[in-house]
Amino acid sequence: METATQILLLIAAAIRLATPLLLAALAGIYAERSGVIDLSLEGKMLAGAFAGAALASVSGNVWVGALAAMATGILLSLLHGFATVTHRGNQVVAGMAINIAMAGLIPTVAQAIFALGGQTPQLGPAQRFLGLVLPFADGDGLVAQTYARLLSGHNALTWLAFLAVPATGWLLYRTGWGLRLRAVGENPYAVDTAGLPVARLRYQALVVNGALAGLAGAYLSMAANAGFSRDMTAGKGYLAIAALIFGRWAPVPTMLACLLFAFADAVQAQLQTVRILPSQFVGALPYILTVLVLALVGKGGGMPKALGIPYIKERGV
Amino acid sequence: MTPIRSASIEVAVVASALVASFAVAGLVLAVIGADPIEAFRILVYGAFGYPEAIGYTLYYATSYMFAGLAVWVALKAGIFNIGGEGQAYLGGLGAALVCLFFDGLPPILLLPLAMMSAALFGAGWAAIPGWLQARRQTHVVVTTIMFNFIAGALMTYLLNNWLLAPGGGSPETRPFAPQATMPALHDILALVGINIAHSPANLSLLVALIAVACTWTFMFRTVWGYETRVVGANPHAARYAGIDPGAVIVRTMLISGALVGLVAVNEVMGVHKRLILDFPAGAGFVGIAVALMAGESAIGLVLASLLFAALAQGSLDLVIDMPMINREIVRLIQGVLILFCGALPSLFRKPVLRLLAPRREIAAPAGAS
Repeated sequence: METATQILLLIAAAIRLATPLLLAALAGIYAERSGVIDLSLEGKMLAGAFAGAALASVSGNVWVGALAAMATGILLSLLHGFATVTHRGNQVVAGMAINIAMAGLIPTVAQAIFALGGQTPQLGPAQRFLGLVLPFADGDGLVAQTYARLLSGHNALTWLAFLAVPATGWLLYRTGWGLRLRAVGENPYAVDTAGLPVARLRYQALVVNGALAGLAGAYLSMAANAGFSRDMTAGKGYLAIAALIFGRWAPVPTMLACLLFAFADAVQAQLQTVRILPSQFVGALPYILTVLVLALVGKGGGMPKALGIPYIKERGV
Repeated sequence: MTPIRSASIEVAVVASALVASFAVAGLVLAVIGADPIEAFRILVYGAFGYPEAIGYTLYYATSYMFAGLAVWVALKAGIFNIGGEGQAYLGGLGAALVCLFFDGLPPILLLPLAMMSAALFGAGWAAIPGWLQARRQTHVVVTTIMFNFIAGALMTYLLNNWLLAPGGGSPETRPFAPQATMPALHDILALVGINIAHSPANLSLLVALIAVACTWTFMFRTVWGYETRVVGANPHAARYAGIDPGAVIVRTMLISGALVGLVAVNEVMGVHKRLILDFPAGAGFVGIAVALMAGESAIGLVLASLLFAALAQGSLDLVIDMPMINREIVRLIQGVLILFCGALPSLFRKPVLRLLAPRREIAAPAGAS
């Protein structure tokens, strides 16, 4: 029972740690399936984390914070789209530009508003996403414990992230919009020839992307922690990109990849307490695992064929 | 279009991007209640206003030149090496190992050996993501970022467990012997009777300028450089021409890592005179902005390094004089400049062309430019 509880706790921790990765990776799926490489997930998460915590703190309402995080993500997505879709700029460079600009802007704004050294004030219970305890989560025995530890106690954003997986699958593979979105990432010329607006479809994908990436940030500052602190994304935006490459740009495999990375993170946190390995090495495990996984899968299939290529409409002479 | 005309257009495009970036930063300052004009004045004074400031600016510029060159070389091969931070960190390990364990050698042997070691360690750290990109098509941006985090963990571990100065409390090595450090500019000039203000600027500045010249010669005057540019412009065409893009990518990443590894020569051997935690301090990321502003111009790269060095140095004064401003505002300017120069050049190119070019050239087909 002791070991079983330990494993259950580890899996529960992995589910919590996977949530921001999953939200960000799903955000990436929408953008990249439409043909836009999104390296700006890190910057969007950072901005979303701050906007969410700041607005939740000022308004006292958790939902105002969540909306602010989504709006901030969408705003940055529109900027990314303006550079890469409207002006056909380099998508990778534009993404990095957003990350670096946000690493500069967010601490500056945080310091100007709250004067707490780049942090937001501590968030109270009403300003955070707290764990929701489901009914009957108090029994003994393995089944009851599994139910209590794995299903009960998660917050609204975790539920949203995991429910967004089937929702994304349905949207991408079962709706006309999803078909058009995937087509625009594979062959925008064909989409254009069919009379559909390439740029508008990519902007639509980017709006969904921004909302999800902002929520991924909000999870960090409003659920996992009680407030925003500097550098709180710590490369999670890039891990999310690795997860979606590993997951072949498909929702369910990407979710499994996020869970794998999060499990490594949870194990890492456990290993830190027993100190059998140097803590720095253990702390670097998720990053090492990411490189190994990417090296293992290589480029492989599943990558949208028009990914990273700006669409230039052919003009009749 | 004549070369002078196209060069002047490039300059005008970068200049307008620069003005626009400062405008964005100024807007942010105005919104948070700081006077942007006053902030700009403090910044310029802090960077160039007095002799020490100029020395500090040159010291920052040295690191940024190495970092900018590294990103620039990789971009020419079509790869975006954003792992400069970690590669410079490893370069510090290479430099420190030589400076700590071979300091019995005379400086004329020791200093070049330490420089080579820094370059070698930087190159080694860049080679792995380069090889993975070339042979496994893993996204070099993601792997180099991961390698930055891994480098940070590795160096923290080494400094805490193996390189820690005996009896020292903080995670850093013992100070290097005097002959294992890069001589400061004020000491060198004092030898020939010129007295300048004391500053961290050191002989690495000269190394950096030589590196700029060598890199440009390599890129535009050698076969390897030509191959690099062909791969960057069109890997498929390169393959038809008998060039192996994978080999070129690995080679370019080695050169890129070696160049940014030299940041350690300036920081570790020139200024700190010991290996300390996090000494690259963001230089690897500044390199991205420097490289994208440089375009095709070596002078542009030096000027861009000076610009970011001035921002880094000037912002120190700014933070003291205007406490509501955070030093990170400099990174905002970097980010916006990267956006404008690297991803949105067309935003500025069109108006500049309209202003500078006569009408018939605008009317020419797009492919002719």
